[in-house]
Amino acid sequence: MTKYTDQGKQDTRSGFGAGMTELGRTNPNVVALCADLVGSLKIQTFIDENPDRFFQVGIAEANMMGIAAGLTIGGKIPFTGTFANFSTGRVYDQIRQSIAYSGKNVKICASHAGLTLGEDGATHQILEDVGMMKMLPGMTVINPCDFNQTKAATIAIAEHEGPVYLRFGRPKVANFTPVDQKFEIGKALMLNKGTDVTIIATGHLVWQSLIAAENLENQGISAEVINIHTIKPLDDEAILASVKKTGCVVTAEEHNYLGGLGESVSRVLSMSHPAPQEFVATQDTFGESGTPDQLMDKYGLNNKAIEAAVLKVLKRK
Amino acid sequence: MPNIQELQDLVTQVRRDILRMVHKVNSGHPGGSLGCTEFFVALYNEVMELKDGFDMDGIGEDLFFLSNGHISPVFYSVLARRGYFPVDELNTFRLIDSRLQGHPTTHEGLPGVRVASGSLGQGMSVAVGAALAKKLNGDNHLVYSLHGDGELQEGQNWEAIMYAAGNKVDNLIATIDRNGQQIDGGTEDVLPLGDVAEKFKVFGWDVMEIENGNNLEQVISGLKEAKSRTGKGKPVCVVMTTEMGNGVDFMMYTHAWHGKAPSDEQLETALAQNPETLGDY
Repeated sequence: MTKYTDQGKQDTRSGFGAGMTELGRTNPNVVALCADLVGSLKIQTFIDENPDRFFQVGIAEANMMGIAAGLTIGGKIPFTGTFANFSTGRVYDQIRQSIAYSGKNVKICASHAGLTLGEDGATHQILEDVGMMKMLPGMTVINPCDFNQTKAATIAIAEHEGPVYLRFGRPKVANFTPVDQKFEIGKALMLNKGTDVTIIATGHLVWQSLIAAENLENQGISAEVINIHTIKPLDDEAILASVKKTGCVVTAEEHNYLGGLGESVSRVLSMSHPAPQEFVATQDTFGESGTPDQLMDKYGLNNKAIEAAVLKVLKRK
Repeated sequence: MPNIQELQDLVTQVRRDILRMVHKVNSGHPGGSLGCTEFFVALYNEVMELKDGFDMDGIGEDLFFLSNGHISPVFYSVLARRGYFPVDELNTFRLIDSRLQGHPTTHEGLPGVRVASGSLGQGMSVAVGAALAKKLNGDNHLVYSLHGDGELQEGQNWEAIMYAAGNKVDNLIATIDRNGQQIDGGTEDVLPLGDVAEKFKVFGWDVMEIENGNNLEQVISGLKEAKSRTGKGKPVCVVMTTEMGNGVDFMMYTHAWHGKAPSDEQLETALAQNPETLGDY
């Protein structure tokens, strides 16, 4: 089992903020917009260093998306920032018409995604955003797993021409990917080679998958762990190569099983290599208030749930 | 610069284009298009500073955004006759494989269009963003936009209106087509807009009115006046009163022709009221 070390827990949103700080210093076309959540999005340094390239739009997300679309006309690369719920569902039609259909180079950066926003409850937790965004033609969908990867992804998407949805979270989680790891959009990362089962995870569930794989190894089960940071375009080749070898798969994500990474993986497999699959995801439900750990436990989104799903899928091989 | 008679001839020809486009495919929105013909002709031929050719960024020229995208016929006709694409292409309006989609879009790469519109209420925000980009780029050119009055019922407009005033986006001229009509009836019956000019004023805009938006000279002088008010710390709003269906007697004073094409016979009558000037496509 490949060993990964937590370099110290950090929130992925701070990875976004660190990426923005760097972009502010290196790419003069990058501009940032925020809908009254600067502190939550961790972009104060970008603002302090580039006040003329920051637009505070107030609590008006629809207008933010439209302004971002307009800013691209003239060569700017706008990064919008608000919670994932207000970055997607609230403004779906603005994104659809003014950004996606219009082919605008806007980076929609969404914090506090999934259940781990915690105590604010279901009004602020979104478990449908990946589905909504991946259905938009031309939209790239990225859900990095830790601080380092979120920072790298933030920097990488500035170089990508076209609309991007970048999803990250609120809680402090293990930071374990290499600090200098190159972020390649659409390229899956093999974290652990295995032979019995493939675990395909995204976001906060990647670290949980590594813990599960270690526990499984102690039971004599060899789990391959793949970090899918880019849900669209999906790395079909990496998924197929692994599942052809292991013969079964568990997908793990902090999202509804409808519309998420799991369904994308199912599509790839059903078209060329059908295999048993279990979904570690929320089961078509809203969230609720609680601590992140309590919620992930209650909704079956942690290493224990992944382990159980692996044992289940192995029986179906 | 064309003289006023040449522009008036263009207005008549554009009206013919609109009528023939919607008639051919038996769909589209002639009413608002006919009502805004003078505005488009004036804007593209007398008011805006435009470069030759088209590039998306539009640095070093004025930009225009059509928010009420359903009046695409007038937009397409004026763009074609300004040289953005061949006039013959108007023949493909709303047909399969056409760049002239029912509502304007960048998706098929039609020169002159910089954002998709049709789902209402989004154009003001986009225009504000483009105006901000001009400021960041040190580009002194202006951004123009057009909005239907009924469209102001969409809340996003008021977010943008608040933003533009609060952030002194003074290189923006937003024109409201105050024709008083929308699909289901008069605007004041469907959802009263009240005093549009006053609403913009209290939001902090510099507001002026064009009393007769179907009088070409009034539109030209009004838009030039609007231009002179830019750069003074406030976005500029032009409330322009028009008559939906203007130029065709049986299409006026009603909302009936908002989204309806004329029959063969009606087309003949309508075209007779707008005799060919510059040549049909």
